[in-house]
Amino acid sequence: MPATLIFYLFATVLILAALMVISARNPVHAVLFLILCFFNAAGLFVLQGAEFLAMLLVIVYVGAVAVLFLFVVMMLDIDFKQLRQGFVRYLPLGALVGAVLLIEIGMMAVHWPTMAGAAAQTPAPAALGNAEAIGAVLYTKYWLPFQVAGLVLLVAMVGAICLTLRDRGQVVRQNVSVQMNRKRSDVIEIKKVPTGQGISDGGMA
Amino acid sequence: MVQIVVYALLAVAIIIPVLVGVAYLTYAERRVLAAMQMRKGPNVVGPFGLLQPIADGVKLLGKETIIPAGADMVLFIGAPILTFFLALSAWAVIPFDAKLVLADINVGILYLFAISSLGVYGIIIAGWASNSKYSFLGSLRSAAQMVSYEVSIGLVMITVLLCVGSLNLGKIIEAQREGWFVFRLFAPDGWAVGVPLLFPMAVVFFISALAETNRHPFDLPEGESELVGGFNTEYSSMSFALFFLGEYANMILLSAMTSILFLGGWLPPHDSVAFVPGFIWFALKIAAVLFVFLWVRAALPRYRYDQLMRIGWKFFLPVSLVWVVVVAAWQLFLMGPPA
Repeated sequence: MPATLIFYLFATVLILAALMVISARNPVHAVLFLILCFFNAAGLFVLQGAEFLAMLLVIVYVGAVAVLFLFVVMMLDIDFKQLRQGFVRYLPLGALVGAVLLIEIGMMAVHWPTMAGAAAQTPAPAALGNAEAIGAVLYTKYWLPFQVAGLVLLVAMVGAICLTLRDRGQVVRQNVSVQMNRKRSDVIEIKKVPTGQGISDGGMA
Repeated sequence: MVQIVVYALLAVAIIIPVLVGVAYLTYAERRVLAAMQMRKGPNVVGPFGLLQPIADGVKLLGKETIIPAGADMVLFIGAPILTFFLALSAWAVIPFDAKLVLADINVGILYLFAISSLGVYGIIIAGWASNSKYSFLGSLRSAAQMVSYEVSIGLVMITVLLCVGSLNLGKIIEAQREGWFVFRLFAPDGWAVGVPLLFPMAVVFFISALAETNRHPFDLPEGESELVGGFNTEYSSMSFALFFLGEYANMILLSAMTSILFLGGWLPPHDSVAFVPGFIWFALKIAAVLFVFLWVRAALPRYRYDQLMRIGWKFFLPVSLVWVVVVAAWQLFLMGPPA
């Protein structure tokens, strides 16, 4: 019984937070609600006994992706009036995408019993913990999709670097080995300054 | 219902020693630094100044809480609470002795990694909610720094896991019965001498831990010479105290992680001293790692920010990545996978 109660708690907070993501006025608050969503989703995973997936969700999405997301959103200078201007114009397109997703979820819910049959093709070995169970199929049966996913990420990364890397000319580069190998004698010169006479070269020799 | 009360009491039984540890870590820090700089340090309040942390705490709580006019109230107050909460919640999975652990979960090490990777939120939210340039710059620095060093911490953990074959913290400690991972010589069958395969990773882990906790020489997020106080510039009184406690609790936590991963956790150094309870060995190991934290602060000057990023991405990341492959190959081809 407590498990059911906790499920409804996580599920309710998840949906409310998801609603707040799209309705929050401040984009930083929206990202923080998104993080709350991820957390509750991780909680649902734990309730299903998938603690490995739950931890990965927290580490990858909350610990890394959302941090960078927050980082970018905080530094953007967003004008809300401008943002709301296109609302009516893009409403039909948004409604269409939303409707397609809703229909897809509906279809999945209707065909749930057959989905269970499809999932049964790769039964999870009962004796293994779920990290081992995932590892056992991920690197054997699904090695190709796994590698392709990695390659797609690599391409995306290279693409992002290509788009932003430009040679701006006068960039000062730090050469650490040169900095470290600098000798005291190269940069410091100690001179005795006779009282009342000074030194002729101003110490800049 | 009874179970919930029992768990709450157990949680208090962990939190109180942690908080006392935090209080006396601040005292130890001042005394150790003073000794290293040939000063006396706090020695007036109580015998040997031992009541100094309590006096400091009472003074801090008696101060007025100031909330800047332009601050985002909820987030401004929430950020230190989050930092403090995360610093304490990680202790739920730490094994203090063979059977002495609140939650013995299968993915213990991932839980610790997840919690420590969340620590950045407290700082980044504080910096943004303060609505101040110094705080914001401090929090951006901190976010970049912590995200960068998490990558190498994660890879170092993988090298340890490759030698253990389990994500459970208890099993990671048990696997070190034949020798702590920091000095363990990994010798394949028939080899006369072994190789200290994990020693370099222990060094990388410790240095990354310094960066992850924003400690010297990587304390740029609060570099007072440039940023006044960094992310906590606008904080005062209780909210500042929570940041302070969270930061020191994180130091103790990362020391505990270092001892679990590399120094054998609660295992005694030798069988002849096994009569001393495990949690005492664990505490001693944590204290030893913490001493190095303080020693580093006394010995090294602050890094420049580009140097910090450079060693994170251009040195630690490639080295630990290569080391994952080396350890995996060593285990697979020379020693056979762990049981």
